[in-house]
Amino acid sequence: MNRTLTLSGVALIILALAPQIFPFLQFTLTIAIAKGFAALGVALLLRAGLISLGHAMYYAIGAYAAAFMAQKLGITDFAVIMIAATVISAFFGLVFGLFLVRYRAIFFAMLNLAVSMVIYSLASKLYGITGGTDGLRVAVPTIFGMELSKDAFDGVLYYVSIVLVVALGYLIHRYLKSPLGNALSAVHSNEVRLEYLGVSAWSSLLTAYTISAALAGVGGAIAALSIGHVLPEYAFWTESGHLVLTAVLGGIAGIAGPFLGSVFLELIHTIAVGFAAEAWNMIVGVALLVVIFFLPRGLFGLFERLSGQKATDGEPKL
Amino acid sequence: MLQSIIPLAVDALANAALIFFVAVGLTLVFSVLRILNVAHGSFYSIGAYVAASVGLWIVGAGLPDWLTFPALLLSAAFVAALFGPIVEKTLVSWTYGKSEAVQVLVTFGLFLILEDLQRIVFGIQSVYQDTPMTMLGISEIGGIVYLNYQLLLIGLAGVVLVALRLFITRSRTGRLLAAVVADREVSEALGIDTQRMFMIAFTLGVFLAAIGGAMATPTTGVAPGLGADTMVLAFAVAAIGGLGQVEGAAIASIIVATAKVLAIYFAPSLDAVAPYLVMLAVLLVKPYGLFGSGSTRKI
Repeated sequence: MNRTLTLSGVALIILALAPQIFPFLQFTLTIAIAKGFAALGVALLLRAGLISLGHAMYYAIGAYAAAFMAQKLGITDFAVIMIAATVISAFFGLVFGLFLVRYRAIFFAMLNLAVSMVIYSLASKLYGITGGTDGLRVAVPTIFGMELSKDAFDGVLYYVSIVLVVALGYLIHRYLKSPLGNALSAVHSNEVRLEYLGVSAWSSLLTAYTISAALAGVGGAIAALSIGHVLPEYAFWTESGHLVLTAVLGGIAGIAGPFLGSVFLELIHTIAVGFAAEAWNMIVGVALLVVIFFLPRGLFGLFERLSGQKATDGEPKL
Repeated sequence: MLQSIIPLAVDALANAALIFFVAVGLTLVFSVLRILNVAHGSFYSIGAYVAASVGLWIVGAGLPDWLTFPALLLSAAFVAALFGPIVEKTLVSWTYGKSEAVQVLVTFGLFLILEDLQRIVFGIQSVYQDTPMTMLGISEIGGIVYLNYQLLLIGLAGVVLVALRLFITRSRTGRLLAAVVADREVSEALGIDTQRMFMIAFTLGVFLAAIGGAMATPTTGVAPGLGADTMVLAFAVAAIGGLGQVEGAAIASIIVATAKVLAIYFAPSLDAVAPYLVMLAVLLVKPYGLFGSGSTRKI
C-alpha cells in the first residue's frame, strides 16, 4: 500500500511539473484529467458489475451546466461554476438513478444508453437553450473577482484539477473502504447474500450512481472551461464507450487506474494525430482488446506487477 | 384525410423495413449467443459501402442496370461470409461465459477497429448510388405518388420476417438454433454442436445487418458515422421489441419508424429524439420490452 502511495505521489509530481517542461502538454493533460474523473465514475459502477453505456451524458451535463451559467446566467466565478456544475450533474444522476439502478447487466447498459441519447438529441435540437449543434461558447471565468487572461486561467485550471484529483481521489478512496463502498463489490459477487445481511443493494447502488454522475460532472466542467466550447457530441454513446474503455484500460482496482488510462490515451492520441489520424480509433480498439485479453487488471495492474506487488484477494474485477 | 395518411404510412413502413433488418439481426445474435454486439451497426455500414461501390462499378463498367439488384443481395452475402465466421471464431467466442462488461467492451473494441477500417478502405466522402431506386421509378395510385423502391423495401422486409420464422420453426438448423436458445446446456448434452450454431447465428446476424445497409444505399447513401447512428437505433428497436424476439423487432421497428415520421411531419425538431423517447417510455413500463421476458434482478 505504501509503495502504491509513493508511486502515486511521484506520478502527481510528474503531472505537476510536465507543463513547466513541455508547455504544449498542459491542454492535453487537463483534458486527460477531466476524462479521468468521468472514467473514475464509470469505474465505481464497474466494481458493482454494472456497465453504463451512457455516462458521457453526465460529462456533457457538467460541461453544459458550466457553459450555461457562464453564458446565460452571467455567473463568472470559477469556484461557483465548478461547484454548481458538480451539484447539477449529481442531481441528474440521483433522479435518473432512482429508476436506473433497479436494472442489472445488459438492461442497465441499454437504459443508460437510451437516457443519454435523449440528452444528446435534446442538446442538439433545443437551439434556444443549448445552442443546438453549434454548442455553447464558454467565456474565461473570474477567480474570486480577478479577471485573468485565457493563458493564465488555463494554468490555474490545470493545478486546481490536480488538487481536485488528490482531494476527490482521497474521498473516493475512503468511500470505497467504507461499508457503503464495500457493498458495491458485494453486489457484483453475491447480491442475494448482501440483501440477506440486511444491506439494501438499491440504496448502495443509488449512492454510487450519484457519486459517479458527480465525478463525471466535475470532469465535464473542467473540460468545458479548458476547451471554451461545449458540443452535443460530448453525450454521444461512443463517448460513453470511450469512458468505459478508459476505465478498463487503466484498471478499476484503484483510484489511480482511470486517471492512468486517461493520461495514457490522451498522450497516445496527441502523438497519433501527427502520423496516424485516420487509424486512431483502430489503435485504441486494438489496445483495448490487448488489455482485455492479456491484462485483466489494466495498466494499473501492470504497474503494480512491475513494482513487485501481487493482486490482493477480493479486489474488484470485471 | 386518407390522402395524407397513406403517404405517411408508406414512409413509415419503408423506414421501418430498413430498421427492421438491422434490429432483427441484433436480436437474433443476442438470443442465441446472449451477447449484445455493439459492432452490429458497423456491419450495416460496411454492407452499405460494399453495395454502393459494387453498384457504382456496375454502372461505370457499362453493364446492364438491372444487375444492381442482385448486386445488393450479393454484397450483403459477401460481407457476411467475409466477417461472420472469422469474427465469431476469434473475438466473440472468447467472451462466452465472461461478464457483460467484457462482452460489451470486446465488441466496442471491434466497433472502433471496423469504423477506421471503413475510413481507410472507402474514404471519408459520402457514397451515393441510386440506380436501383431510379430504375424502379414511381407509381401513382389515386392521385398519390409512391416510390416503387419503398414498396420493394416493405415487401422484402415482410419476406425476411416470414422466411426467418419458417427457418426457425421448419428447417433442421433453425430448430437446432431454437433448442440452443431454449436451453444451452441440455442441447449440448443432446449432442448439438453449439459452437457451430453460434457461428451460424452470428453470420446470419451480420448478413441481416449488411442487407439492411445495402438496401438503404439507394435511398440515403452512406457516409462515415452511419454505423454508430444505426447502432443506437437498432438497440432502441431491439429493446422495445424485447431482446431475442423476432416478431417483436418487426412491431418495434414499425412503432419507432411511425414515431419518427410523425415527428418529422408535426414536430421536426423532435425527429431524432422520438425513437429514444419511445424506447424510454416502453422500458419504464416493461423493462424487457413489449414481448421480452426475464427478471430485473437476482432476488
